[in-house]
Amino acid sequence: MAGEIGHFALLLALMFALVGATVPHIGAARGNAAFMALADRAILAQFAMAAVAFAALTYAFVTSDFSVVNVATNSHTLKPLLYKISGTWGNHEGSLLFWVLNLTLFGALVSWRGRKLPLRFRSRVLAVQSTLILGFLLFIIFTSNPFLRLDPAPFEGNGLNPLLQDPGLAFHPPMLYLGYVGLSVAFSFAVAALIEGEVTPLWARWVRPWALLAWVFLTGGIALGSWWAYYELGWGGWWFWDPVENASFMPWLVAAALLHSAIVVEKRDALKSWTILLAIIAFSLSLLGTFVVRSGVITSVHAFANDPARGIFILAFLAIVVGGSVTLYAWRAPKLAPSGLFGVVSRESALVVNNIFLSTFAAVVLVGTLYPLFVEASGAGQISVGPPFFEYAAAVLMSPLIVALGIGPLLAWKRGNVSRSVQIVFPALIVGFVAAIVLVWRTSGDFVMTAFGLGLAAWLVSSVLLEIANRLRLRKGASIASALRKITRAQWGMSMAHMGLGFILLGITISEAFTTEELTVMAPGDTVDVAGYDFTFEGVAPIVGPNYTAVRGFFTVYEGETILTSLMPEDRVYSNPVMTTTEAAIYPLFSGDLYAVIGEAASSGRWSVRLYFKPMISGLWLGAFMMMVGGVLSLSDRRLRIGLPTGRKARVSGASA
Amino acid sequence: MAGLKTRKQQRLVVVSIALTSLIGATLLILFALGGESLSLFLQPSDVQKRNVAVGQNFRLGGLVETGSFSRLDDGLTFRFTVTDCLANQPVEFTGILPDLFREGQGVVTEGALNESGVFMASTVLAKHDENYRPPGTMPKEEGQCSHPDDQAAAASYAEG
Repeated sequence: MAGEIGHFALLLALMFALVGATVPHIGAARGNAAFMALADRAILAQFAMAAVAFAALTYAFVTSDFSVVNVATNSHTLKPLLYKISGTWGNHEGSLLFWVLNLTLFGALVSWRGRKLPLRFRSRVLAVQSTLILGFLLFIIFTSNPFLRLDPAPFEGNGLNPLLQDPGLAFHPPMLYLGYVGLSVAFSFAVAALIEGEVTPLWARWVRPWALLAWVFLTGGIALGSWWAYYELGWGGWWFWDPVENASFMPWLVAAALLHSAIVVEKRDALKSWTILLAIIAFSLSLLGTFVVRSGVITSVHAFANDPARGIFILAFLAIVVGGSVTLYAWRAPKLAPSGLFGVVSRESALVVNNIFLSTFAAVVLVGTLYPLFVEASGAGQISVGPPFFEYAAAVLMSPLIVALGIGPLLAWKRGNVSRSVQIVFPALIVGFVAAIVLVWRTSGDFVMTAFGLGLAAWLVSSVLLEIANRLRLRKGASIASALRKITRAQWGMSMAHMGLGFILLGITISEAFTTEELTVMAPGDTVDVAGYDFTFEGVAPIVGPNYTAVRGFFTVYEGETILTSLMPEDRVYSNPVMTTTEAAIYPLFSGDLYAVIGEAASSGRWSVRLYFKPMISGLWLGAFMMMVGGVLSLSDRRLRIGLPTGRKARVSGASA
Repeated sequence: MAGLKTRKQQRLVVVSIALTSLIGATLLILFALGGESLSLFLQPSDVQKRNVAVGQNFRLGGLVETGSFSRLDDGLTFRFTVTDCLANQPVEFTGILPDLFREGQGVVTEGALNESGVFMASTVLAKHDENYRPPGTMPKEEGQCSHPDDQAAAASYAEG
């Protein structure tokens, strides 16, 4: 029964989306307020229907209703409840429904918080959002319906891929989807602004929180995925430059550029048409990512049920969305009022530099990701573009960005003073150089690139600290506590996020260069030295879990004579479906991670094992977490709170608070 | 350090910075794509056809031939044959195989041929799903060879 309700709700949502995508435009064109106001009701109705459909699917998963194909293929009665629920979005059809739910939810939020936006503009935004929802609903109904029935119903389902039965992966996809969908709001605002032919600072005040929110979710989603790969796949790596990973990384880069350029529009009324273009590109790349992931056109290690019919549908949708919005851009953008002026040395210029490097990097990643397609199309055979290409591009393009990042926040708007700013961050320059030189000296010149990376990270972290100190110094007379309170949340957010980048860089640089790996076979009682830590293999024991059996290995790790910890990696065999997974055991120390993986039994009671010491790798997760916290802090700033109508009133109340 | 006086000058500066960066990026791409970061993706029959040079890195994709898998005495080195049903390619790998490695399943490996024609794999790529077969790991012609696992999987998905 739930299946039919869900199915019916989907069809109703489609009707509402059709109305919501057309009538408000007619209203706006004719000046008919009633037609325009319909946009709000249409989006709420779409949200309600999408929520009903999603609830129906979740219900089918939780109650293990195997008469629904989607549930039978992806669930199992013995699966823990969390994974029954996460199974709802853990498959192709369900994840698309989740997309639609979020598209409508965010549309409803715009309608709810945007009462103070001009009716005409709001109805345009919601109409564009409804068009996107319409596209996705058509996709679901024609190629990926999650409510199809199975007759006769089987007694048991096929189960969820055990690799996906993990808390990290239960929340990795929804966070990414929320990120992609957050960018859809920025896209809808951009297209509405192009139709109306007007971009105001108020527009940027509206777009920025959405870009920021999307970016926070993308950061979280990417970090979770990478963390999962690190501890679950047991190969010690965390990023592979796989097409599917790149598909989430490109929107992240462009969203980062967008949330910076929106500041310039808001504060200085400049870079308007560029910001519009970024908003369009960011969402287009999200769609492109979906296409790459779901169509299987590019060889990837990631898993999705591929279906050429779906690929063609997404490609057509992509062509309409990108082609339509870019054509609209080419036609309308020149009509936008000219932008405000700024000097070569100014905060604006620093943000332009940020945008150029971030978007160039995104473009390079795009070329590297799609290159195999073009080569294959030209008949030169199948090739793949490996990590060296992307690592090289990252080093070349991100280094100047990080150098500039240390100074940029100190430059004044409109016209800055380089020598004054350099004076402030001069100590950071020294810290960076010293860090790099010490490393080169300690390693007798073998790690020049590592030293460069370490120097950059040290420079970035210390320049952020100096920048905060400088803010305090500007408030002479006030006590430190009150001066600290005067720093706005947006400023704290910026410092946090920038420092997070510094920690990520530190983690990558040091762990890539100095990881110690031991691959060997051990008998119980054997000890192996890994980077000064002694791993003693104590033996193995069989373990029985709720839906798996496992071999658990026991290691005791000593530093000198003292016992640091014991590590218990597992090699699990799941029963539904039958599959083995590796559970790495990780013990994070301040200096790095102790990491153990147990392989298979070798002859005479020995086991193959893989042991690592990964120095500073926690910098990655810490840095990503700081970026997210920074984003949330900035979002919670009164001035930027979603839906705040005007800047002046808020600024006054913010200052008096 | 004089600021810019006119909109034209400002635009000129921004555009020239953007152009420089774009040209830089293009050069970077051309330079990097010519080097080692590109690897060919071949199936066993392609390897025979192309006469790949010893030591040249490439990716090898195909099915792990049933009954070909063996482990050497050191407990860490594995030998198996990758096939696309037209040709077979012996592979040697030292390390811990990914969870989803199984005879009869698709596999993607990266490495180079040695003098005796054995593919020395430096990595065996993990796939995240037992039902997923990366393009290039499947036999070139449908039904050319089949494996018990495939049939079982196909049967359970037949309905619907």
